[in-house]
Amino acid sequence: MKPELRQYFRLNRLPHIWCPGCGNGIVVGALVRAIHDQGLNQDEVVIVSGIGCSSRASGYLDFNTVHTVHGRALAFATGIKLANPKLTVFVLMGDGDAAAIGGNHLIHAARRNIDLKAIVFNNSIYGMTGGQVSPLTPQGKRATTAPYGVVANAFDLTELAKGAGATFVARGTAYHVVQLTDLLKQGIRHKGFSLVEAVTQCPVAYGRQNKPADPDKMLRWQKENAVNIRNRHKYSQEELEGKFLTGVLCKKDATEFTEGYQHLRDLLDSHE
Amino acid sequence: MVLAGLILAEGAVLAGKNVVQTQTYGPEARGGATKAEVIVSEGEIDYPKVSKPDLLLAMSQAAFDKYASLIEPGDNTMVLIDSTIVTDLSKGLGNIIALPMTKIAVDDVGKAVVANMVALGALVTLTKVIPQKCLEEAALARIPKSSKDLNLKALRLGCEVAQKICGECGIAVS
Amino acid sequence: MNTHSRQPRLMQGNEAVAEAAIAAGVKFYAGYPISPSSEIAEICAEKLPLVGGTCVQMEDEISGIAACLGASLTGEKAMTATSGPGFSLMQENIGYGVMAEIPCVVVNVQRGGPSIGLPTSPAQGDVMQARWGTHGDHPVITLCPSSVLEAYSLTIKAVNFSEKYRNPVILLLDEVVGHMREKVELPEEGTLEIVRRKLPECDPEDYQPFKADDDGVPPMAPLGSGYRYHITGLYHDETGFPSSRPQVVEDLIRRLHRKIEDAKQEICLTKEYRTDDCEILVVSYGISNRSAYRAVKDAREQGIKAGLLTLHTLWPFPEEALKEAASHASKVIVAELNLGQMKQEVERILAGQVRVEGLNKVNGEIFTPNEILAGLGGTI
Ligand SMILES: Cc1ncc(C[n+]2csc(CCOP(=O)(O)OP(=O)(O)O)c2C)c(N)n1
Repeated sequence: MKPELRQYFRLNRLPHIWCPGCGNGIVVGALVRAIHDQGLNQDEVVIVSGIGCSSRASGYLDFNTVHTVHGRALAFATGIKLANPKLTVFVLMGDGDAAAIGGNHLIHAARRNIDLKAIVFNNSIYGMTGGQVSPLTPQGKRATTAPYGVVANAFDLTELAKGAGATFVARGTAYHVVQLTDLLKQGIRHKGFSLVEAVTQCPVAYGRQNKPADPDKMLRWQKENAVNIRNRHKYSQEELEGKFLTGVLCKKDATEFTEGYQHLRDLLDSHE
Repeated sequence: MVLAGLILAEGAVLAGKNVVQTQTYGPEARGGATKAEVIVSEGEIDYPKVSKPDLLLAMSQAAFDKYASLIEPGDNTMVLIDSTIVTDLSKGLGNIIALPMTKIAVDDVGKAVVANMVALGALVTLTKVIPQKCLEEAALARIPKSSKDLNLKALRLGCEVAQKICGECGIAVS
Repeated sequence: MNTHSRQPRLMQGNEAVAEAAIAAGVKFYAGYPISPSSEIAEICAEKLPLVGGTCVQMEDEISGIAACLGASLTGEKAMTATSGPGFSLMQENIGYGVMAEIPCVVVNVQRGGPSIGLPTSPAQGDVMQARWGTHGDHPVITLCPSSVLEAYSLTIKAVNFSEKYRNPVILLLDEVVGHMREKVELPEEGTLEIVRRKLPECDPEDYQPFKADDDGVPPMAPLGSGYRYHITGLYHDETGFPSSRPQVVEDLIRRLHRKIEDAKQEICLTKEYRTDDCEILVVSYGISNRSAYRAVKDAREQGIKAGLLTLHTLWPFPEEALKEAASHASKVIVAELNLGQMKQEVERILAGQVRVEGLNKVNGEIFTPNEILAGLGGTI
């Protein structure tokens, strides 16, 4: 770890609970670097997380940290941000957390365009509970609760967020860590709801069931299948089959919710 | 009906009385049949619902059928009805006082919706539960400025017709 | 109750809750509409932005209470309101509030259940849910008004208790108390006792976020105040970090209970009417209490030695007050709009000393005084 990043970790809480080869640490590393590079004040950063392997990150990070309940991290964060808009609020979630049990909160946080920095650790599986199917498990892949392969379609969470009104949507991977850091930095700078999906590998719960279970190979898969949106035009529709886009997938301006609410208070004040 | 109950209750507060107002909704929270109950008292009010009404106001046939039929012989309940609408009195007991409230509202004020104000005026005049002044003040506080005059007119018409009836029936009005 | 009161006015129960909450310093409301509680949300939506506060309608009740807990973590006083179906949805997060010791007021304006039940009729079927609705062996505070004025004063108490004891407080109304309008004379705002949670006095480096003072309650630093710490619904030690060590687990759950248990003197609110010499004691709460009071008055006039114990606090149960009020009684009647939820508790406490009977009504209507008078053996 770079010495300048040590201050952001609760070193006495390490080692972490993540399995060898897990990509969560890489994503957290990118997040911390992004926070450092953006010069955020540690005391004014809140990390809210749900329940899952990835959500344990909040305990290792030396900020104001709130490890909430499964699926509701965005709702807790909405209260935090509304009550104190000065805080920079990150919301760390697993793909099950964000897309299944918390899917409705994701839609509505995006719709409100509240300035929360949502980061979804997409390992395509329920890690913490031992490999059950997630809404982001690709069709046909195996999970302990889909032993014959997943029947239903998977979500594209970035499309969902865009459709719901998120004003900054991006996707990166644990393999492309420089790009991921940059996307997180852009998310921090963005005023409004931002969602960064970080594709990460879970060799134990996902890899063992779907092969390869080797983290190197899983990272290589990310490398080979990620298509930077800037290069999209170089691919035909068939070539894009089975691949996924990375980079900034959506960015637009709209009134941020806490600012809109403050505007309402000011208006009411001036009418007094 | 709830608005009329509310105005009556607020008038009672202005008159320095204790008051409780409750309501019962129909199957839907809004729009269905509603019943408002108001208890006005000099003393403490414990049970907040009306056990034996001094006055029952029925503005619809359904309300009359449902509630006037609960009146028992010997109850001294005055039953005030909008005779424009409530025409079949076979199901109810009580001392019925029929006033064509909707007709008055339409003919003399030009708006059927103020029939409840005609009713309120009549009710207060008949029962003397609160002074007319308090009723008017409470009504004005609840009614949008734009329809103030219409409502006040309806209220006063209600008082007048009731007063006439009192004379005819020998009810003393102060 | 107090010498300074404001102009008498007509007020609705739900309105009293919203106004009292704001008077008690609540600055944050998040919830989801449901009859018969929605007026609380509507009034908060109108008034909170006028006092620098925030009211937000969330996507469901789960997120409503979650947002309140989040807001409370920043130091704001927060409240949400709902009715049966929404109260069921809130349960997991009520437990989070207990575990992470986050002040918050949850109003449940009870309607008939189970399920969608009777949306606009009164009931008292959520008494045990208020006690045990969230999983785990948790402490809870529940208050229950039977008039509009009590809705006001007990809301203030609810906010105060939640702040003082760092625990969610449940305020149980019912459809009639919530929608009823009564003449009230509210206390002057300056005369209200308003409590705010304890803040840490130590330096941030020395802050042990879950190390309690002698009263069992740890000081609470708002997020963003320079005290960086970790909050979790997992069992945790005094530092706030997860631990499953048996000693840590037991110490925490026992402390959470003890901080409420030790404060029962303050928290357990009751009212006694002619209990000094009563041979039949009526125990009641909420709207049922109104009819019970009338019935006891009528019974006394008929020479029946009846008395009434009104529970303003349901949980923790006011055991001492019950034992005292029942000390001369040969019979105790618990009148409630359910099939005997509180009766069981009363039986448990009086443990065979006195005969305990339930008077129960479950048809969507409140008791008439005569129904209770008949139970007292009075003539109607
Ligand atoms: C209400 C509720 N339901 C279920 C669980 C059990 N549970 C804990 S984590 C989890 C899913 C974890 O998967 P994900 O959100 O993708 O995060 P990961 O562990 O993969 O990082 C589940 C189902 C829970 N804690 N709470």
